[in-house]
Amino acid sequence: MNAAISKEGLSRRQAISAVLSAGGGLAVGVILPTDALAATQPASGQPKPMGARIQSPEGSPEELSAWLVIDPDSSVTVRIPHNELGQGTATALAMIVAEELHCDWSKVKCEYASATRNLRDKGVYRSMTTVGSQGVRTSWEFLQQAGASARGRLVEAAARRWKCDVSECSCEAGVITHMATKRKVSFGQVCKDAVSVKLDKEPKIKSPDQFRLVGKPTPRLDTPAKIDGSAKFGIDARVPGMVYAAVIACPVPGGKVKSIDDSALQGRPGIIKVVRMDGAVAVAADKFWRAKTAADDLKIEWDVGASGKVQQADLDKTYRDELHGKMVSARNDGDAAKALANPGDAKLIEALYEAPYQAHAPMEPLNSTVWIQPDRVDVWTSTQSPPAVLATAAEVSGISPDKVFVHVNFIGGGFGRRSNPDETRQAVQIAKEIGRPVKLVWTREQDMMHDRFRPQAAALFKASLRPDGKAEAFDVKLAVPSLMRSLGRDPVTSGLEGSATECIAGTAYKFPNLSVGLNLHNTHVPVSFCRGVGSSQNGFFIESFVDEMAHAAGQDPYKFRRAHLDRADWIGVLDMLAEKIGWGTPIEAGRGRGLAIMECYGSVTGQAAEVTVSAAGKVKVDRMVVVMDCYHAANPNTIHQQMEGGALFGLTQTLFGQITIKDGAVQQTNFHNYRPVRMAETPVIETYLHLTGGPKWGGIGEPGVGPTPPAICNAVFAATGKRVRRLPLASVDLTKI
Amino acid sequence: MFVLTVNGKARSVDTEADTPLLWVLRDEFDLTGTKFGCGIAQCGACTVHVDGIAVRSCSMPIEAVAGKSVTTIEGLSKNASHPVQQAWLIEDVPQCGYCQSGQIMAAAALLKKIPNPADADIDRIMNNICRCGTYPRIKKAIHRAAGIMAKGVKA
Repeated sequence: MNAAISKEGLSRRQAISAVLSAGGGLAVGVILPTDALAATQPASGQPKPMGARIQSPEGSPEELSAWLVIDPDSSVTVRIPHNELGQGTATALAMIVAEELHCDWSKVKCEYASATRNLRDKGVYRSMTTVGSQGVRTSWEFLQQAGASARGRLVEAAARRWKCDVSECSCEAGVITHMATKRKVSFGQVCKDAVSVKLDKEPKIKSPDQFRLVGKPTPRLDTPAKIDGSAKFGIDARVPGMVYAAVIACPVPGGKVKSIDDSALQGRPGIIKVVRMDGAVAVAADKFWRAKTAADDLKIEWDVGASGKVQQADLDKTYRDELHGKMVSARNDGDAAKALANPGDAKLIEALYEAPYQAHAPMEPLNSTVWIQPDRVDVWTSTQSPPAVLATAAEVSGISPDKVFVHVNFIGGGFGRRSNPDETRQAVQIAKEIGRPVKLVWTREQDMMHDRFRPQAAALFKASLRPDGKAEAFDVKLAVPSLMRSLGRDPVTSGLEGSATECIAGTAYKFPNLSVGLNLHNTHVPVSFCRGVGSSQNGFFIESFVDEMAHAAGQDPYKFRRAHLDRADWIGVLDMLAEKIGWGTPIEAGRGRGLAIMECYGSVTGQAAEVTVSAAGKVKVDRMVVVMDCYHAANPNTIHQQMEGGALFGLTQTLFGQITIKDGAVQQTNFHNYRPVRMAETPVIETYLHLTGGPKWGGIGEPGVGPTPPAICNAVFAATGKRVRRLPLASVDLTKI
Repeated sequence: MFVLTVNGKARSVDTEADTPLLWVLRDEFDLTGTKFGCGIAQCGACTVHVDGIAVRSCSMPIEAVAGKSVTTIEGLSKNASHPVQQAWLIEDVPQCGYCQSGQIMAAAALLKKIPNPADADIDRIMNNICRCGTYPRIKKAIHRAAGIMAKGVKA
């Protein structure tokens, strides 16, 4: 039906109406360049404060600034430079702007900022990637300024109208009042005038004690669209003439296509083309199901090289061996080697920890819809990095980057996977080769097997503990792949990568002799950023070993930690954690409590767990307490969500999660063998904010993951006396250690 | 040609008999609220009601649905007025939102069977996957929806 429409010669608006009328009896939703918003709003029903729409890259004459548009009905549209993957960034960032703008919050809407405009306007939106829990913590200041500046101009416009000084005016809830005469104008009435107002100097922004909206639990702007099926995600894109593609990549990462036998596809309806790519083969067809089943029926021979012989046991051995290889120092206080060599009356302990690869496995499998026209490329995809999508589409299509338009919809989870657009690279290749718009969808199997994983890692710890119960020396050697090398972004010639030693090299524990060594070692298994990044394995390592240190020193794990800290934020989190979990109160046999604390993406997060371990060694997590100090809270509602979500992401990694390699290929293919936690495994989770204020704001999206595995494993130790040094628990026989 | 009722309207589709209902809903009928998550009935992102029963549409061939009545998230209520949707809004359940259509359809079917479920009922029946970790709020919202329904709001 759509295929009947020639895209050439149609303006975009014509294309919409043409497709709609050609839709016949079908309800056809169309998302088109610069009109991506059209399909996100339901034809009837309440308008929603946030559809997944994107601004025009040209900007708009009625905008107050790149960040803000105010319409004659006083509704406020805030442009969000980061993408909404569930972490609540859109609502939080809009709240920060609205805090200063003094608008009516019920009239605030969001749209995504345009990556194309960002390119054309020399980075007007600064960072447009959504990684590193950076949304609020890196942009609160300039977003407050954008709101304050806009309010200043609106008030100035009103004052000019009344021929009075701005000091005679007040501004609340989108209404400016001349205080003496009680005359009023709405934002909508002066917004046109305000567009041309230039302020002599930028207004001062509020200090946190002046906040009225920021810091209050606020419902998300995107919820209404997410409860009735109207929210559009990348995978829901539909463009005129679009066909579908499914892909099969070489099971062994890095392998190449040797030959393709597509004889099974002969005579099948709807098949458009088999597209050979570097390490993958795609089938394009008129329907996704046809493309998918056809791809499954291809007989492909792969050239997998030496990687095809790699087994998980080899990788385990490799990282254990690399612990004895050349280390680069990431931190060196005092002389740990000397202290460990001459312990005197100090007690020595040593432990090896290991963590497996983990999948991101966002609920929305990777997908990308690409439309190449002679003078432009449009991409609809769920991405954490529109600039990377833009650059990739430009590179593969050969069309200039400023003619590439990235349409971001809602994103069905990312957890870091969506910062590297592998799917768009393929989709552009396929679109180029078949000469028509195409939607490529990875099946769950492709998504799972061709992830860029949370790294496998190993850590060797040594410590000495004085008779007075304090640590004398702490030495850790880490062997882990480099993310930047794996992604081909940086050779990391220094041998040091911040994420590899995250929350270990920067630990706040005061150990007089402290040494952190790093040995980066990559294999053929691709690795990348995964929610929490280094903290997701290093948190398990260090906070489990610190627990071991406490027990070896004959100390209570809570008190031992506290005795080695001097920072108010860490101590505050730890104390609240102990209080809320009921640390030290009696607990039944077979149950135990554990805790863990770390600093990640600018926030200090602690978790405590209560577990029950059955006689057969099965672990049930009954209750978790999360305490976070992110210094300032934009929206406590979404911080609570992120703390719950972080703990449950961590719970999957603790209980079940592991990616393993056989004959060079990933063994896990779907949710039956990479099993995320479900409702039945979900403990009661209590979240508390312990905010100590100050000049910086912390992140919230990722810090909640890392403390979960050690909090649980420390609780398992408390319950059983058995120390877990390798995850996940499902592959550890607790009756045998 | 397969004929079925979708959200109260008669619809027909000409496709291979093994085509899953999911892809017919999404690609033929443009009802994209129903999501593709796993393709093997593990995650429940594709949950719809077939003759009132919650099913995973990714693993339900179209030929098995012929002549039956399918309800998707788009047809669950007018203006998101179903008690489950109201409860979801009040508890601010979704994060990324991708699995939520399936969660809501599963919860609506659960409450039809067990109007006042205990936590254990929810743990047993609600086995859809959410990678964001909205389970605690889903549980609260199901209890709230049960309360709304008990007050006589029609599901």
